[in-house]
Amino acid sequence: MTAHRVRVIAYASLLISLAANTHLAAQGAPATASIARQRLDSPIVVASKPFGESYLLAELFSQVLEARGRAVVRRPGLGATEIAFGALRTGAIDVYPEYTGTGLIAILRDSLTPELRRNRNALFAHLARESTTRFGVAWLPPLGFANGYAIAVRRETATRLSLRTISDLANRGRALRAGFTADFIGRPDGLVGLRRIYGLALSSVRPLAPAVKYSALASGAVDVIDGYATDGLLEKFDLITLTDDLNFFPPYDAAPLVSRRMAERDSDAVAVLSSLAGRVDERMMRTANRRVEVDGADVTSVARGMLMELGVLAPLAAGARVDARDSTARASGNVMHYLWAQRATIRDQAIRHIALVAAALLAAIVVAIPLGVLLERSRRMAEWVVGGLGVLQTIPSIALLAFMIPWLGVGVWPALVALWVYALYPIARNTYSGVRDADPDAVAACEAMGATPAQRLLRVRLPLAAPAIMAGVRTAAVITVGAATLAAFIGAGGLGDPIVTGLALADSRMVLSGAVPAAGLAIVVDAVLGWIERKIAPAHLQRGTPRGRRVLPSRATTSASSAH
Amino acid sequence: MSLSLSAREVRHSHGGVLALDDVSLDVNAGSITALVGESGSGKTTLLKTFNRMIDPDAGSVWVGDVDVRDTDPVALRRRIGYVPQHGGLLPHWTVHRNVALVPRLAGANEAGDAADAALLLVGLDPARFASRYPHELSGGQRQRAALARSLAGKQQVILLDEPFGALDAISRAESHEAFERVRLARAFTGILVTHDLSEAARLADRVVVLRGGRVEQAGTMADLRQRPATDYVENLLARAVAAHASLVGAR
Repeated sequence: MTAHRVRVIAYASLLISLAANTHLAAQGAPATASIARQRLDSPIVVASKPFGESYLLAELFSQVLEARGRAVVRRPGLGATEIAFGALRTGAIDVYPEYTGTGLIAILRDSLTPELRRNRNALFAHLARESTTRFGVAWLPPLGFANGYAIAVRRETATRLSLRTISDLANRGRALRAGFTADFIGRPDGLVGLRRIYGLALSSVRPLAPAVKYSALASGAVDVIDGYATDGLLEKFDLITLTDDLNFFPPYDAAPLVSRRMAERDSDAVAVLSSLAGRVDERMMRTANRRVEVDGADVTSVARGMLMELGVLAPLAAGARVDARDSTARASGNVMHYLWAQRATIRDQAIRHIALVAAALLAAIVVAIPLGVLLERSRRMAEWVVGGLGVLQTIPSIALLAFMIPWLGVGVWPALVALWVYALYPIARNTYSGVRDADPDAVAACEAMGATPAQRLLRVRLPLAAPAIMAGVRTAAVITVGAATLAAFIGAGGLGDPIVTGLALADSRMVLSGAVPAAGLAIVVDAVLGWIERKIAPAHLQRGTPRGRRVLPSRATTSASSAH
Repeated sequence: MSLSLSAREVRHSHGGVLALDDVSLDVNAGSITALVGESGSGKTTLLKTFNRMIDPDAGSVWVGDVDVRDTDPVALRRRIGYVPQHGGLLPHWTVHRNVALVPRLAGANEAGDAADAALLLVGLDPARFASRYPHELSGGQRQRAALARSLAGKQQVILLDEPFGALDAISRAESHEAFERVRLARAFTGILVTHDLSEAARLADRVVVLRGGRVEQAGTMADLRQRPATDYVENLLARAVAAHASLVGAR
């Protein structure tokens, strides 16, 4: 049982360490409006990676496509580069914003030659050619701004150690503690390369979620972080970015990266997105990022503002009213007001969350209970199978989701399969052990008195195992309610959406609007299943005798409190 | 009508250990035979060959004039009562339902009268005990309920595997009385596995002493007492008498 608790805590902390985008509250409105004008059969799937700017750009793409009458499905906040690119490559999504440096190093895994470093156009040409040859995807022309990595320190640290460049940091910053995103730590164009090129050695490096690293730096918990050049929070916290004096970082020009299907068959959409080329400059992007990350404006309206500034959209009266309501809620600073204002969204997300959990859980019950019963019949295999399911449990959710993209794409199906996999183990294991350990004297006596194997199973073993089985279902349900928040990373929706978006946009009220209902849901699910567990307990356990298995009543509270 | 029981040169080993070594046994219809011996003597193994919980490696086992190998084990077992050492009552069934186990397994929805009659016979008033659960009974009451269960399906053969061995003296005495009442009321053939010679003397018509998978001696208690076939049997008897004498002396 300790293992389960560890899992739940692991989920919760993983959750906190992640950042993603969300479906917007207003998402439905433009989609509905464009149905009448829809010309092509299938909607365009626009995705983003899980950080504010990617989110904004995806929204920009979506709105510009919708302005031209195209139907759009938004899948913001896909896990990380591997998941987003994997989804694009397999055609599960059609377009997402990517950066040339990332494309070169993290996707093509090519090295940055001096030639490419000098010539941005040559880099883009190389990238576009190789990406199409190797993966069939296409880069559309860059939008007009670059968003390179920015190694940032507090002004006080920079002054004290007189740090201006990354070389200074390598020379005089050995006592400093770093908090880098996990992505940056692992990438060849991240910490790995910095160590090689600059000989950078810091006293400690800890992985931090994009959402928390700025406040960690500002509060002094760490001394150095990685940011993006266009991050709005750099300004907010008065941070100093160190110059890349050895020209280590490649250029990170933002551009739409599109699927083979879109590149080959949808010249209309390609033309619409290409019309943005060179029009979004660094000033505009930094302002937009700051509006989202610092001022707490919502992504839809900021993206709309950008398009109006670009002359793509005319001001919308109807939309403006929605914005006004939103900003009132944000400005009030009152969590309860915010939650109340978001109640319709929260309700929809909760319903989707419950549907995901229920579907995965039912499918797991249908498979795991018969499996547990079968295993009791062949106990030699049981340890192997149960052990194997246990190993599946240890695969990190994000890795499992990434594995499934080639087969299942993004959206609801991979999320369901992942949740199903996680729910199998507690149910199968408890069924197996419950059926196996059912009162051996009673089972033997029944056999000796002429009970058939089916009668022994249905009348003796299963009824006696019912509390254990139900405890397994309950454990699985609570785990799944927690794990389902991660479904947001592959566009499956649910209460994870506001959690990861809020983390990405540093909006704690938005985080709470997902975390509080998710925690409440875990508690309610645990209580309801606990009640069912008592109801289906064998008769002899229902007469005021000490209850057999009160399994993990504290688990819900564990996941609840750590989900904040 | 009761059925006779017999085993012919039964040989069986499990786990490489010879548990029964050419054992033959005859139990007359309507009589009780006690199998006595130490742990590992083969008495439980022999008992279980009669309801095919164990199929011996060699030899034949007969219930009435039927070789058990020719029977369907499930049908055979429903005709043979069985009382294990720890009762083996289903904890989630009431006493009444437990006692009606065999009729229920056979598909009867209600076996009320037979179960009530069996409960009365073993001294458990249905009005008081029928709706209780096994954990609400004492150990002796549970064993008597198990005895009732072995009768409620009109069984003509009952196999008892140390049924009263784990009980305290008073419960055991009550259970012995119940067993004797059952014998007066019902005609059945029984095999009683026990390690207690005095219990064998009291409840059984004949005694078979087993040792290391072989029959050491078979006969009535009087036969054993008067003409012990081996030193082992003589020792066994002497120890039982000594225990009894010390009890009498203490009184």
